[in-house]
This record gives sequence, structure tokens and C-alpha cells, in this order.
Amino acid sequence: MALEMTTDTESAMNTMMSAPPAISAEGETLKMRGRDVKVFYGNKQALHGVDLDVRKNQVTALIGPSGCGKSTFLRCLNRMNDTIDICRVQGDILLDNDDVYDPRIDVVELRARVGMVFQKPNPFPKSIFENVAYGPRIHGLAQGKSDLEDIVASSLQRAGLFEEVKDRLDEPGTGLSGGQQQRLCIARAIAVSPEVILMDEPCSALDPIATAKVEELMDELRQNYTIVIVTHSMQQAARVSQRTAFFHLGNLVEEGLTNDIFTNPKDQRTQDYITGRFG
Amino acid sequence: MFWTYAALLLLVFVTANVYGRFRAMQVAGRQLSALHSRPSYHGGYLAILAALPAFVLLIAWAVVEPRLLDTMVISAKAEIVEGLSKAELQAFLRDARAIAFGGIVAFSDAGKEQAAEVFSSLAQTSFFLKTTLIIALVAGGLWYGNRTITPAMRARHFVERTVMGLLILCSAVAIFTTIGIVLSLIFESLMFFRQIPILDFVFGTHWSPQSAFEGAGAEHGEANTEIFGAIPLLVGTMLITAIAIFVAAPVGLLSAIYLSDYASTPVRAIAKPVLEILAGIPTVVYGFFAALTVAPFIRGWGESIGLSVSSESALAAGLVMGIMIIPFVSSLSDDVINAVPQSLRDGSAGLGATKSETIRRVVLPAALPGIVSALILAISRAIGETMIVVMAAGLAANITVNPLEAVTTVTVQIVTLLVGDQEFDSAKTLAAFALGLLLFCITLALNIFALRVVKKYREQYD
Repeated sequence: MALEMTTDTESAMNTMMSAPPAISAEGETLKMRGRDVKVFYGNKQALHGVDLDVRKNQVTALIGPSGCGKSTFLRCLNRMNDTIDICRVQGDILLDNDDVYDPRIDVVELRARVGMVFQKPNPFPKSIFENVAYGPRIHGLAQGKSDLEDIVASSLQRAGLFEEVKDRLDEPGTGLSGGQQQRLCIARAIAVSPEVILMDEPCSALDPIATAKVEELMDELRQNYTIVIVTHSMQQAARVSQRTAFFHLGNLVEEGLTNDIFTNPKDQRTQDYITGRFG
Repeated sequence: MFWTYAALLLLVFVTANVYGRFRAMQVAGRQLSALHSRPSYHGGYLAILAALPAFVLLIAWAVVEPRLLDTMVISAKAEIVEGLSKAELQAFLRDARAIAFGGIVAFSDAGKEQAAEVFSSLAQTSFFLKTTLIIALVAGGLWYGNRTITPAMRARHFVERTVMGLLILCSAVAIFTTIGIVLSLIFESLMFFRQIPILDFVFGTHWSPQSAFEGAGAEHGEANTEIFGAIPLLVGTMLITAIAIFVAAPVGLLSAIYLSDYASTPVRAIAKPVLEILAGIPTVVYGFFAALTVAPFIRGWGESIGLSVSSESALAAGLVMGIMIIPFVSSLSDDVINAVPQSLRDGSAGLGATKSETIRRVVLPAALPGIVSALILAISRAIGETMIVVMAAGLAANITVNPLEAVTTVTVQIVTLLVGDQEFDSAKTLAAFALGLLLFCITLALNIFALRVVKKYREQYD
């Protein structure tokens, strides 16, 4: 896969961004759109043509049994699958009106716009401050030292971590508790001002109290960001998301308002999964 | 004789093993599951009981017997050996043995004939005693083992414990050998420091021990304490090591980064073993490569731009040594870079960092302690390397940091001090031990430091 930055990337993006945003039937802005997305790992097909929209300023939950392709789909949204050699992606994924797999798109810029929080908290073995400052530094977002400090402080504040760590920003990020580490990773993602935040089972390594904090945080972040979350916990999907998509065996079975999916599923497989009959 | 007995005991071991297994099955009757241990453990139990004590006795006998015989012969023939010097006594015993057991006799006389008779009669007694004891031990072991094989017998525990004992014994051999070598270094060095003050040795700036006793041995008198200064050797060693690290660190580290993060799987599968082949080239081959190819090349190159280069230069030896230790740096660094969790790379990539930014800002800082320890291990390897510097660095003990001049190293001087005929109590020879001790202390300190860094590194991610 070609990752080279082309000279006309920026101009291409600018012209495309000026086009009017896609609107759903309900009049909501569609931040990302997947059309007929197929993913192959070597000869094994992991996704069989998925059409899924992500609405702006909403939390979209992807649920389904293990190996159903929900994480694979999530990782297509910011091309994290590029790091896997044998992975091939077909179909279109649009961020606003830009095809993220367009060779003219710079993957670095894409990931600055579509940030990611991982399953296991993965703070860098650096200080708390440096963890958050990492993104702004590599993208040159800060004008000088005080600006950088402001970005770090506000990111930590928005991640709900600032009060707990403000006196020890120089201590290593790895020394925090699991829940704090995960919020640090969220702060780290926020610091580059992304438009979309992808979360891959962000609470599966956390205890219930830390989970509650992160869920609360997601609800606040929704005001400014668009969030896509993969989760194994149906309670979590029901609590935090506005829309839910159910994946099964590499297919998108059903997508709709979270409330509808959990109270009135249209597909028998969704019904079976949410009532715990399989999965 | 020893090997015959050893072979017989091996036979006993195998037979007892088979019989023990058979016996256990017989005792168990039809219900094999009634046995506490599997039949093969009973076989091992009986075999160990039958053969091991006898084998230990056999080895002990082989170690003690010759000395015991000598002592007994000397005390029996005290009137003959009286007044002989140590060397004469040894020659006497050697000849007497040769007469008794066959061999080349220097010259024989009546005294030696008599001693030989004592030798052969004692040897005969020893032989009978040994054989009787071994047979008794084997028979006793077999009898006791056979009697104790019952379904409830914990043969597995016995066998496992014996195996553990064997493992401990083997590791003890390695440890005690190391301790022995260090102690011998220390004692010989102490003898050296009795003649040459330790401060003159460690801080002296003049090294020319070859001229210490021109035309004379130790009886010449006091050693000249001025000519055993180790500083020129240390400077030479440091200079060559620095050049080697200057070559190996960037090349090794960058190739490690390429191999771990950029190379595709097929490239890595070929390139890594090829790099490691460098470590398998005998150092003497590197040595003549340095002396015959690199050194003349550097000399020619230096002359072409108007520099005077000695034909044996620190640069040639250092460059080739650097190439030699590349695989140490690259292989160890590759391991620590690979040990940095993929999740950190993903985290960085997820923030929009490029591959090189990820490596520079996340992977390398995380792997730094491991890389440092890899470099330190490579340095201690370079300090101890001998063959390349013997062949390419020269013998002149200059204090210089000019890489185009000839220098000499600690290891080179140890070699030259010990090559040829030596008196083992002259200061010149003992200086080699002192140098060895110095070298050992330096590399030990470096290794301890490296291990500490690695230990700290291991705690990093959890």
C-alpha cells in the first residue's frame, strides 16, 4: 500500500472538504461512511462488504461476538490495518468527502484527524506531560512552550485526569493506575484535536469504577468529537451509544438507534446475541 | 583399567535398569496403576543404586591412588630417597613406576628396582581392594534396591532428586572453575605486587618489561619498578576500543532498526543469519585481514593525502575489531527493539506519527537501556579481544590518541610476556597475571554495570 505523501495532498483535501457534507435521511451529518468494505487477511476474508455510516457528534457502538470483524472495521477507519503486511482493504471509506484509502491521502494526516484509543492502555514510557505533548509535537501544533503547556493541560482536563495528575506531570505515565492510564491515552488522542476518536474496547482492561469514569467521559467528548467504540459489553453499548451496529461472521447484520437494537431488533441473530443465546 | 571398570559399570547400569523395570511390573502384578511410580522410575532407581556408588568410588580411587602409592613407597624406602632434592625424587619415582608398570626408564639402579617391587605389590593390593569394594557396592545396591521395590516405593522422587544432584554438580563445576581462575589470577598478581608496588603498576607511564632483565634471570636481583607502568597499555586498549565502538555502534544499531522495523520477513530471514555469521568468523581471520589488507590500505591512503601512517596502526585494528563486534550490537539491539511492545508502536502510529518518528521518539527511548547494555557487552568483548590487535596493532607502548600510530593493548602484552621460555617467578612473567587481573576487573565492572541496566529495563513496562 502506498503511503507516500504526495505534493497535491493538501490541495486535494481542501477541494474535497469544501463539498457539502453528506446528510442522513434524519438530517444528521454523516462524518464517516463505509461502502462495501471488504477486508482480507491473506486468503481469509474478514469483512464481506460492510456499509456503515458514522454520524457526527454521536457515539456509534460496534458489537458482536469475537472474530466478527468489528475491530477490523474500526481499524479500517484510520488505516491502522496498514501496519499488518498481509491485510488488504477493498471498498470505499469516506471521511467527510475524502476517501481515506485514496493514494493522495497522507495517512499521517488522516490519523491526526481520526485518533485511536486501544484496548490495553499503552502510555509511552515517558512522563505524563510528554505522553500528551507527543502528538502536538510531531504535528507542530504548538507555538512555543506555553502554548504546548496549555494544550496538555486542556487535553488532560477534557479527559478528566487533570485534577489527579496536575502535581506530578513529570512522573512516568506508566506509573498511573490502569484507569488513569486509559484516560491518559484518551487525553493523548484529544491533544491532536481529532475529528473522530476510535476506541477499541477501551474499558476491557479496567475495573468497574474506572470504566464508569471513561463512559462518563465519552458522553462529554461527544459534544466536540465523533466517537466509534468497539465493545464486548452490551450494557456499555446501551449506556454510552446513540447508534449500535451488530456484526456477525464478517457481515453487518443490523444497524440502528441503540434503543431500537436493544428493545426491538429486526434480525433474529441480533435478538439471539443481545439475549445471550450465543456469542 | 579405569575404562574397563567404567564400561562394566555402564553395563550394570543398563542391566539393573531393565531388571528394575521388570521387577516393578512383577511386584505390581496385573494392576500397573497400583505402583506409586511408573516402572521406568523403578528401573532408574535400581540402576542408580547399583552403579552410582561404585562409580563414585572408581573416580575417587583414580584420583587418590597414584599419590597414595607415592607416599607409601617413599615411606617404605625412606633410606633410599633420603637426601634427594624435589626434582631428583620425582625422577626416582618416575623411573620406579616405569620399571614396575612398563614404560621408558631413564636409567635404573638397585634402589629403583626395590622401589619398583614395592610399587607393584602395592598396586596389586590396591587392585584387589578396589575390585572387591566395587563388587560389594554393586551387589549391595542391587540387593537393597531389589528388596525395596514395592508398589508404594517412591522411586520417582529418588530418581528426580538424583537428577537434580547431577545438575547441581555440573553447574558447580562451572562456578568453581571460574572461582579457581580468579583466585589463581589474584595469587600470582599478589606475588607480582610484592616485587612491583601496585601504584607503580597501575599509574606508571612507562612500559618495557622485555628489557627488565637483559641477559639475566631472577637472580639478577631487584626488578626495576619503573618499567611496569600499565597506563600506555590502558590508553592503547581504550583507543582501539573507542575506534571499534565508533564503527560498530552506528552500523550495528541502524542495521538492528532496519531488521526489526523495516525489513520484510524474507529479507529479515536471510539478513539476520548472515549478519550473525560475522560473529562466527575466527578472530585470527579478522587478524590477518586487518594486518594484510586494511593496514596497508590505510597506510597507502594516508600517504596519498600526506599523512604519516605507521604500518601497524590503531585505526586498522580498531576498524576491523569494530566490524567483528557489529553482530553483537545488532543482534542484541534487535532483540531489545523487538521487545518493545507493538502496542506502543500502534499508539504512536494512531496519533499520526510516521514510522521514523515512532522509532526515534518512542521505540528507541524505550529500548535505550537495553541498547546501552548491548553496547557495553560489545565494549567488554572488544577490550578482551586479542588476536586482531596482536596481528595489526603493533607492540610499541606509546601513550597517544593518534589512531594512525602503532599502539599496544593489555591483551597483546600478556601474549608477548608469556610467549617463549619463561621463569614463572620473574616479575616479567608475573606481570602478565597482573595485567590479566586488571583486564578482568575492567570487564567485570562493565558487565555488572550492563546487567544492572538490563535489570532496570525489564521493569519498565509493568
